[in-house]
Parts: sequence; structure tokens; C-alpha cells
Amino acid sequence: MKRFESYGQGIPGLELGDLTGWLIVIEGPDGVGRTTHVNRLRAHLEQLGYAVAETGLTRSDLASRGIRRAKQGNTLGTNAFNLFYATDFADRIEQQIVPALRAGFVMITDRYIYSLIARAIVRGADPDWIKQVYSFAMLPDAVYYLHIEPQQLVPRVLAEGPFDYWESGMDVPMGEDLYDSFVNYQGRIIRELDGLAREYGFQTLDATRDEDDISDELCASVTRVLMKKPAGATA
Amino acid sequence: MSALTTYGQRPNAYPGKLFIVEGIDGSGKSTQLALLTQWLRSEGYLVTFSEWNSSSVVKATTSRGKKRQLLTPLTFSLIHATDFSDRLEQQIVPALKAGAIVLADRYVYTAFARDVARGVDGGWVRSLYRFAVLPTLAVYFRVPLDIALHRILSARPKLKYYEAGMDLRLSTDATESYKLFQARIQREYEGLVPEYNLATMDATLPVEVQQRALRELVRPHLRGVAAAPGTGLLEDDEERTA
Repeated sequence: MKRFESYGQGIPGLELGDLTGWLIVIEGPDGVGRTTHVNRLRAHLEQLGYAVAETGLTRSDLASRGIRRAKQGNTLGTNAFNLFYATDFADRIEQQIVPALRAGFVMITDRYIYSLIARAIVRGADPDWIKQVYSFAMLPDAVYYLHIEPQQLVPRVLAEGPFDYWESGMDVPMGEDLYDSFVNYQGRIIRELDGLAREYGFQTLDATRDEDDISDELCASVTRVLMKKPAGATA
Repeated sequence: MSALTTYGQRPNAYPGKLFIVEGIDGSGKSTQLALLTQWLRSEGYLVTFSEWNSSSVVKATTSRGKKRQLLTPLTFSLIHATDFSDRLEQQIVPALKAGAIVLADRYVYTAFARDVARGVDGGWVRSLYRFAVLPTLAVYFRVPLDIALHRILSARPKLKYYEAGMDLRLSTDATESYKLFQARIQREYEGLVPEYNLATMDATLPVEVQQRALRELVRPHLRGVAAAPGTGLLEDDEERTA
């Protein structure tokens, strides 16, 4: 039994046998507070002496510029966008996630394949197909899902500034203005994530609770996961 | 996984026709497709052309990946699928809907052959291209490896890193690596011929003989295809495709 397994055939040319770290995923919709909790979790784990690395969507060396440029013009086809995100993710798993796990780090990823699968499904992709596309990914050690209802999300996002075009699904679009589209789009993303949470066994955290309570629970849970699977041991 | 998540399930449901050519480098397929394009245009058809790896938005990323050698077998496969998807959505399907003849130099079979030669799982790459429309006619240009290699290498090309398959570490010599890589790709193509029922062309025949054969393969599919606007050619000559 390897310490890590893939959903499908894995990554071409890559053995998972020498990976000794941990892969922790934080999932949730835009504006739910993922960044805050990633930062707190990182500080907590470093306090305990773990080496921590982070990655998040569209942060690849290969594709992040291209995705940014494509978003500015909105000239890329919808399905091509799904695959562009998959390219970005593949580059990050190969160039960031795997090297960190090989070096024995705790890799915290701010969203993983699940958000990418959800955004593709909401844009009309076949669920079986897009899951198959991402089947090269490894199963994380734990996925924490910051759950919120779309109506509760609105005031939080507004407090941060105006609605973002893409976070409102305006490329699709799903309403006659940014507000309507944001509520409809995020609502559909959340419903897809709820479904994925059941399918893939996420640990759901109620994101409407007090921030400190959430982060205490998250830190304690991740610490248990790390203790249960000591460095270098097989699963 | 459902059986539907693989290539081959999306027939061409549009009025237009999609003709594609496949084969290893040096098989002469691009020459034949250029001649076919001229012929179809002279016959009065509305013809559009789509080339592998040419989506304007995606190309910058692909070029960057190649230049800096950032691409692995997995990301090489995905970025080409991204490019293909963009061209399918924005060029090929709209043209087919408009009733045009779409000619493609390389199609999904290039990815199936090349990515698998790079070590990508064959089932995975076939599911990756599930969204692709089945061509009306796909022609594989079959050529002995040494002839194709001679055609390419006698021009003393400067082989590029990925073109030569240098990422596979088959050889440190670019020419040697290219030969080994092309041989692998050809093996994959030969498997694809029966799998997808590709028409085959003997690419060792003289150019004009191949072109006649290619037109004969295409001709039965031209019945009822609309003419390009303003040419009036088709209306004048109903006999030709009969």
C-alpha cells in the first residue's frame, strides 16, 4: 500500500512511492474565508514544527499568465477554459505539490480538483467526463469544506468590494446583472460542492460560525490527521 | 465511469462535412490536404481550414511551455487538448453548422498517438477528447518510417526539443531521439487505424496518384453540400458529384 493513491491512472512517469508528506485541501466558494483559515492553519502547523507549503488555483508557472490573458478578453471557449484550468492544475500538481510531498512537507492547497470540477459542471461539462479528466490527481489526506449558503455569502463578498465578473459567472451568464448572476452562480457552485462533499467524503465546517471556533476545529483536526499518519509511513 | 466518457460518441450532427488527415511527419499529408483544398474551392465549395495547435489564445502558453521546457507528458497533453477544444468550439463547429467543408490537418488521433508515445494512459487521453466531433472522413497517410525520416532529415532541419521527443530521454542526440520517437508514434497510429476505422492512403505513391485517390475518398461525401456564396459553380454543374 502506497502512502498516496490516484483516483485513476496517476501522472505519467511519476511514482507515488517516495512521497512522504501530507496533502491537506481547503475547499469552499469564493469569499467564504478560505485564505484566512489557510494562513492560520499554516501558522499552527509551523508552530508544531512541520514544514508547510501552499498552492492555489491558477498559480502555475506554465498557465497562470495565459489564463489571466484569456480572462481579460473572454475570448476562449467555455470548454477550452475548463481544460486550461486542468492544465494549470496539472502543472501545479507536478511542479509544486509532488515536490513538496516528496520533501516531507504538509502541502495545504486552497481548493483542489473539486472546485474545478464544480465550476466546469456549472458551465455545462458532463460530470463523468470532467471527473475523468482530473483522475490523474492524488487523493488528499483530508478535505475541509467551508460550507455556507449563497444568501449568507453575499454580505461577506460585498464587504470586500464590488462583485467580481468571473466569481459571478458572468461569462455564462446567470442573471441580468452582477448581483443576480452572483447569487445564481455561487448557489449552483455550492450545490455542486455539496454533492461532491458527499461523494468524496469532505469534512464540512459551518462557515457561519465564529472564525476562531472554525480555525480551532480545523487546526485540531489536521493535527490529528498528521499524527495518525507519521512522516514517511505508508497509509 | 460511464461508457460515454470516451471519444467517438459525438457524431457530426451538422450540415457541414469534416475531412481530416493524419500521419507521422513526412507522410505528405499536408501537401495532399493543400491540393484537396484547392480542388474543393475550384469546385465551388465553401471550405475552411483548421490546423493543429493554432488557437490564438492558447498558443502563447504552449509556446512558452515549449521554449522553457516546462511541459511534461501530462501538461503537453492537456495544453493541446485545450487548444483543440478552443478551435472546435470557435472554428470547426460553427463552420459545420454553416454547412461548410472543414479540413483539418491532424485531429484527435495525433494526440492519441503522440501522447501515448509519451507515456500518457491511452484510455485517459481518449476520454479527454470525448467532446470532439467524429470526422466525416479520416485518412491516415501510411509511409515506411525510413522514407518519412529521409524526407524530413534530408532537409537538415533544426529539430526542436519536443518535436524530437527529447523530453522522453530516449537519446541525447536529437536526430536519434527523433527517429525513436517517430517509430513509437507510428506504432500507435497503426493501432488507431482498425480502432477507429481510418481510411488509409499509400503515401509512397506519386503525389498526383495519391491526390486522385483522396478525391475519390472525399467525393461520395459531397452530395448535397452547399456551394460557397456567389460562385454559382455548383448550380451549373450538378453532374459532377453524381
